[in-house]
Amino acid sequence: MTAMVTAEGVHKSFGPTHVLKGIDLEVAPREVFCLVGPSGSGKSTFLRCINHLEKINAGRLYVDGHLVGYRQQGNKLYELKDKEVAAQRKDIGMVFQRFNLFPHMTALENVMEAPVQVKRESKATARERAKRLLDRVGLADKASGYPTQLSGGQQQRVAIARALAMEPKLMLFDEPTSALDPELVGEVLDVMRDLAQSGMTMIVVTHEMGFAREVGDALVFMDDGAVVESGHPRDVLTNPQHQRTKAFLSKVL
Amino acid sequence: MTDPTSPGPADKQPAGPGPSKTGAATAVPPEAIKAIPVRHPWRWVSAAVVLALLGLLVYAFANAKIEWGDVPEYLFSDRVVEAAGNTLLITVLAMLLGVVLGIVLAIMRLSDNPVTSAFANLYIWFFRGTPVLLQLLLWYNLGLVFQTLNLGPLYKNEMTDVMTPFVAALLGLGLNEAAYMAEIVRAGIQSVDEGQTEASHALGMSRGRTMRRIVLPQAMRVIVPPTGNEFINMLKTSSLAMVIQYTELTFVANEISATNLNPMEMYIVVAVWYLAMTSVFSVVQYYIERHYAKGSVRQLPLTPMQKLRRNIFSGPRMKGTR
Repeated sequence: MTAMVTAEGVHKSFGPTHVLKGIDLEVAPREVFCLVGPSGSGKSTFLRCINHLEKINAGRLYVDGHLVGYRQQGNKLYELKDKEVAAQRKDIGMVFQRFNLFPHMTALENVMEAPVQVKRESKATARERAKRLLDRVGLADKASGYPTQLSGGQQQRVAIARALAMEPKLMLFDEPTSALDPELVGEVLDVMRDLAQSGMTMIVVTHEMGFAREVGDALVFMDDGAVVESGHPRDVLTNPQHQRTKAFLSKVL
Repeated sequence: MTDPTSPGPADKQPAGPGPSKTGAATAVPPEAIKAIPVRHPWRWVSAAVVLALLGLLVYAFANAKIEWGDVPEYLFSDRVVEAAGNTLLITVLAMLLGVVLGIVLAIMRLSDNPVTSAFANLYIWFFRGTPVLLQLLLWYNLGLVFQTLNLGPLYKNEMTDVMTPFVAALLGLGLNEAAYMAEIVRAGIQSVDEGQTEASHALGMSRGRTMRRIVLPQAMRVIVPPTGNEFINMLKTSSLAMVIQYTELTFVANEISATNLNPMEMYIVVAVWYLAMTSVFSVVQYYIERHYAKGSVRQLPLTPMQKLRRNIFSGPRMKGTR
């Protein structure tokens, strides 16, 4: 069985700042893969590299066996065209810390947008699926609401439904609960838990250690642009081997 | 939550600040405040001064040598109405040219291609840096330096035949406007949060589609109000086209006054037309802005018609409630 995501020596710099210093990891299909670490450790940047929102400077990144953002012929790498990058992203859903819903569209229109525009689906088909997805995240009654009329937790659940509408094979979560009021975190985690049980491959950058321990299949602790420690969440979180992991966990747990 | 049949004496406390159950247990009902309002004598004084000055102005006009009868006589005369139509026509067309070209220039200016962005900068530099009156004269007199317009196999004609007052006015006003619109559109595009572009890209939408479906509709909220101002400005700036013989309102006012020898009366006539057109457009602008406010405010503001209907049918309401 091939890995869903494979990273080989991934490096990324923003100008003089070296953010990722050689990341190697593998995410298996149907796995819930958690990325934890202090802020500035590069975990969000790495996540954004997976769907080519950031270009990597060195190394190789594969999603479902395909090189991300490039085409290799012999020894030469060719940058993919705008359209080809877009086609790759179709199969990768992403959920952002700040939701990034489209404010000029209702919840239903947000979910329908990509299937209609990208997959050229009929509006009727897209609307049916969008309604089903909103129902799945518990927001069937908010379909006609605009994002400003929804709470943060509701917005994030719409954002998850929007990503699922493209029927992705991989979902990326970039600190999905960090911008939420504490009492709204639970409803979003419930949706994610449900999604994990349905067998979706998920990469989750999070500070919710409880979620990681309960739902995660694998966990990587990153610090200063490198993987410090990895393993099953239960092992890493309860019995960290590395000094930096211990120091971090003692602050967040 | 509270069961109305349950006795529930505990939640019968008086609401708001005031004596609670601790301390003195005298449950005094809140008394409405009756205070003597602050006096504002200076408001009366300033109102009186303004009214007095206004009265003087009216008096001055009433006694001025103005043939008031000329105003209704010429207001709807054929030549004036036709000129008003021409003013509106050149305004709408020049704005249209300005908006379309402005969007193109804004996208060029924001593009990664150094040649296109430098060209857009150069365009904006020239057309914002020279007076529009001069630009009108340049277009109108183009025949002096280019005697024929030769578009290869497509089109060929004498420049003086092509560059009619209408064409020169359209190019002069429209191309000038494009420079200003480019800056307005650029500001609008840049006001949209980068997260919107990222979310759109992450869904697999291409750059062009992201611009059309996600960025521009949101940028419209920032673009529309200044564009409305530009339109109203254009209604008035179009009067400059009189110098190149375009028969718009101000040109016609001048022409008629040359024969009836009452220029001030004619200027009042066209002032009425300009005011009428700008007023009507202000209402249109309100509705356009309301349309693009969708999703940015929780509750859309009422239209004047809705307000009117509500005021008529809901009857008198208590003061202070909306």
